[in-house]
Amino acid sequence: MARAAQGIEVEGLVRRFKQVEAVAGIDLSISPGEIYGFLGPNGAGKSTTVHMLTTLLPPTAGRATVAGFDIVKQGPRVRASIGAALQEAALDPFLTGREHLRLGSSLHGIGGVRRKELIERLLDRVGLTQAGDRKVRTYSGGMKRRLDLALALIHDPSILFLDEPTTGLDPQSRSALWEEVARLARDEGVTVFLTTQYLEEADVLADRVGIIDHGRIVAEGTPRRLKAEIGRSTVEVVPETPDELERLRTLLRRFGDETAARPGAFAVQLDGNGALRDVVRALDQENVHAAEINLHQPTLDDVFLAKTGRTLEGAEEE
Amino acid sequence: MRTLLRQIGLIAGRSLVRTARRPGTWIPPLLFPLMLMAINSNGLRAATHLPGFPTHSFLAFFVPFSFLQGALFASGIAGTDLARDVDTGFLNRLALTPVRGASLLIGQIGGAVGLGAFQALVYLGIALAAGVHIRAGVGGALLILLLAVLVAAGFGTLGLFLALLTGSGEGVQSTFPLLFFLLLISSMNLPRNLIEVAWFRDLATANPVSYMIEAIRSLVITGWDAQALLLGFGFAVTLIAASLALAARQLRVRMART
Repeated sequence: MARAAQGIEVEGLVRRFKQVEAVAGIDLSISPGEIYGFLGPNGAGKSTTVHMLTTLLPPTAGRATVAGFDIVKQGPRVRASIGAALQEAALDPFLTGREHLRLGSSLHGIGGVRRKELIERLLDRVGLTQAGDRKVRTYSGGMKRRLDLALALIHDPSILFLDEPTTGLDPQSRSALWEEVARLARDEGVTVFLTTQYLEEADVLADRVGIIDHGRIVAEGTPRRLKAEIGRSTVEVVPETPDELERLRTLLRRFGDETAARPGAFAVQLDGNGALRDVVRALDQENVHAAEINLHQPTLDDVFLAKTGRTLEGAEEE
Repeated sequence: MRTLLRQIGLIAGRSLVRTARRPGTWIPPLLFPLMLMAINSNGLRAATHLPGFPTHSFLAFFVPFSFLQGALFASGIAGTDLARDVDTGFLNRLALTPVRGASLLIGQIGGAVGLGAFQALVYLGIALAAGVHIRAGVGGALLILLLAVLVAAGFGTLGLFLALLTGSGEGVQSTFPLLFFLLLISSMNLPRNLIEVAWFRDLATANPVSYMIEAIRSLVITGWDAQALLLGFGFAVTLIAASLALAARQLRVRMART
């Protein structure tokens, strides 16, 4: 399977809607075969970026190439190289899954035996062979998303845009979709541009993550690097009895700076001198009885908080 | 050209299938004109006694209106279906394929045209079964079907324009009373020369729908009337061309792919 030698390159991309600057000059460089997670709250500019990169929306300023083709000057060539499953599975409730794939493949100029084989292969891959002749209105949310993915793959694209592909899905459907996306990148070398508001999704799937807020990229890197950048692990201990709290406080202060904890508990942000095993050993040696010990690793939400001053959840509510 | 025709066929096929699978959208538009035809052809039968009324059968006089009414109802389907495609993002899905704008617009009215043709066949069959004689013969009957299809295509394309303009099914449906008003202020119930109220006669004369009705009516009652046919077909084709131009312009706004 021939894959594009080029991924996605973006320089100063801007999109204004009258007075509103939805995307305020972003730069991106995504390598072929990479899964890039584009993380941000609703209204941050994720979908507008996807619409520009998929040629559905002309940018106000800046430039971008997708699979080596300019998104403004070479729209048809970009579209021939990409597949996209945009927000909300855009399906016709009165057509069957198989009819959707037949229409999609025919519009891409695929016909005859090749089309038939392709449809069966894609239905099989997304687990819809049995449901292929059912009308889409009888599908569950997960089935719709899987059909959406099959439609995006129908012309064997080298770059795949997935705009919040798991929103509203149950955990089982979500993890099945993650598995398929990971397989596409790993086994078939497909470049994946994935927008999401789920931290876990970006963390599990993405090779690199870009965090967008108010139309600007506020952080970018591998999930591990981003989390390492903003800080250290936190250990929180709940003593077995409240009168042990003072001794616990004295003990834990040796391992790091005090940080916010639940009532009746004490927490420190571990510095370079301490690890969880040292804390446990000290508790044992000094006979401080712990009812509960929690280790909190930095998350992408902590990264979002560090970069924007808000949690991702809080940003959603704004 | 081959690609264009293939794409039109694919989009029209989808439009026909989804229309056929929703009986609720096409049975009422099929039945309502029949009910009106039954009521009016009995209730207004006395009008045939007016001096100068062109026929003794009010059914023969009224049946052309059913074709127009059916076509107008059918047109709503094209508009609301496209509005739904805009709303659900299906239009974006199509925009990501190599489909051309022209294929999309022409194919999208496939359901309306198919339904228009089916309705016209039903109305024609019922009229013939009820004793209406088509003066222009078999050729005239075929021409009636053609005009009915053209009118359905014309109103259907107007529906597409409204769908692309408003982006909502409600937006399309809200214009329906206005289009229905055009039918009411036409020569549907009386020949224009027998309408005594001057303002109504003037409105009916200025209303293109009157000429579409009169073209069909001429084939049923008079036989071959070149002027009536020219006006009827002329207005139907003009409606298609004007609506298509408006819809194409609006499609470029709605589907702003590069």
